[in-house]
Amino acid sequence: MSQLTCQHLSLGYDGREIISNLSFHVDAGDYLCIVGENGSGKSTLMKTLLGLRRPMKGEITTGDGLTANTIGYLPQQTVVQKDFPASVREIVISGFQGRRGLRPFYTRAEKRIALENIKKMGIEHLQNRCYRELSGGQQQRVLLARALCATQKMLLLDEPVAGLDPKVTADMYELIETLNQEEGITIIMISHDIEAALKYATHVLHIGNTIFFGTRRQFIDSKVGRQLYNTKGA
Amino acid sequence: MEEIFIKLFSYLQMPFVRYAIIVGVLIALCSSLLGVNLVLKRFSFIGDGLSHVAFGAIAVAAVTGLTNNMLIVLPVTIISAVLLLRTGENARIKGDAAIAMISVGALAVGYLLMNTFKTSTNVSGDVCTTLFGSTSIITLTPTDVWICAVLSLIVVAMFIIFYNKIFAVTFDESFARATGTKVSVINLIIAVIIAVVIVVAMTLVGSLLISALVIFPALSAMRVFKSFKSVTLCSACISVVCAFFGIIASILFSTPVGATIVVVDIAAFLIFAGIGTVKSGLHG
Repeated sequence: MSQLTCQHLSLGYDGREIISNLSFHVDAGDYLCIVGENGSGKSTLMKTLLGLRRPMKGEITTGDGLTANTIGYLPQQTVVQKDFPASVREIVISGFQGRRGLRPFYTRAEKRIALENIKKMGIEHLQNRCYRELSGGQQQRVLLARALCATQKMLLLDEPVAGLDPKVTADMYELIETLNQEEGITIIMISHDIEAALKYATHVLHIGNTIFFGTRRQFIDSKVGRQLYNTKGA
Repeated sequence: MEEIFIKLFSYLQMPFVRYAIIVGVLIALCSSLLGVNLVLKRFSFIGDGLSHVAFGAIAVAAVTGLTNNMLIVLPVTIISAVLLLRTGENARIKGDAAIAMISVGALAVGYLLMNTFKTSTNVSGDVCTTLFGSTSIITLTPTDVWICAVLSLIVVAMFIIFYNKIFAVTFDESFARATGTKVSVINLIIAVIIAVVIVVAMTLVGSLLISALVIFPALSAMRVFKSFKSVTLCSACISVVCAFFGIIASILFSTPVGATIVVVDIAAFLIFAGIGTVKSGLHG
């Protein structure tokens, strides 16, 4: 059974459809890359998957033990966060918030897992630092550690390397791949970066004028894949 | 110097001075708690807006001759707070414009009502009292003190219980929503807490100076401290200390209470801004 199945989805704003009749599914351990031009509806699709928006038509079903509370999410950064006074540790542990219902305080076990996730991201030395003083790559690692506190199963990443320099970008991709390979976490990533998508992903979803869903191999052989890959390569 | 202390002690013997200090410190504590959140969410002026709504409600209560105007003021302010904070999410009128509209509108309607249906001979005096809170804090009865103490206790308790959730929602609303936090419930709780704080605070500094009480301690603390917890604790301390010394100073020099507290808050802000600059200079 698939962790996430979308059937005949239509998405859009104010009654205008951006994407129509979109169907795809994600299995445990997959690494799905969602690519497409600006304005093709990538972020809208992501928000719909997270339950922040309703689809206009169609349905999304979860299975294999996945529920809304067990999806981790790495959003694009917001303006508020730029001058928010918060330590790395406070932000990471806030990832547990959605799962704890009415209990007001964090348990010792949650604190321990938060620390483990901080270590996994290699930012242990930064744990008492202030978030707004960190570099872009370090901030992404903090948010990734927080997402890990919210999930053991699936991570949704919205342009995780936007604004990072090439070295940090490569590190970030490595880190995400480690999570996918070693922790068995399903990855769904929105990206502008077709090359990275083809390097790491097991499956590709292209949205826009032509909708394509399939494995990486199928994508490279497909018409839209050849087009994009060749223009990038040339 | 000795003279000042003798004067101070003789004042502290009087119950109304003690009430004023208790109430003042409690209000300062409550109003500082949510300051950080409001500043970061660009709602700095919500204190102003809501206190004007409360002013309008007080005018309505005065005109209709209600003896206990809390019955009108509290519900009206809570409803306005909920409406204002909701507009932040998906509204045609953006946060700052909505606050400006409600605040100016309520102020005008309130003043108009007070003027048209004169309940006392000194309308401008009444208006001045409501806006600047001038003397009401030294006319407190033991019942007022108890009501204020209970409300403050509720506010502080709510804040502590929901502290982690408030942090998660303020830092990243969409992440919180996506991972299953009931964001709208938390926002509602924040709105109610703010409304209660403002209604209670009006007796101390009056509606015009409430924003100062909400914003200055938070901004001062943010200059120096780096984590959410330390900023929150520090702003609560700053606010309490400033309120205490502000009230003492206003008694000693016979100055208006609200304005004196705000001046002390401004001084604290300048000091913390200085410390912040020196600190970052040392590190960078």
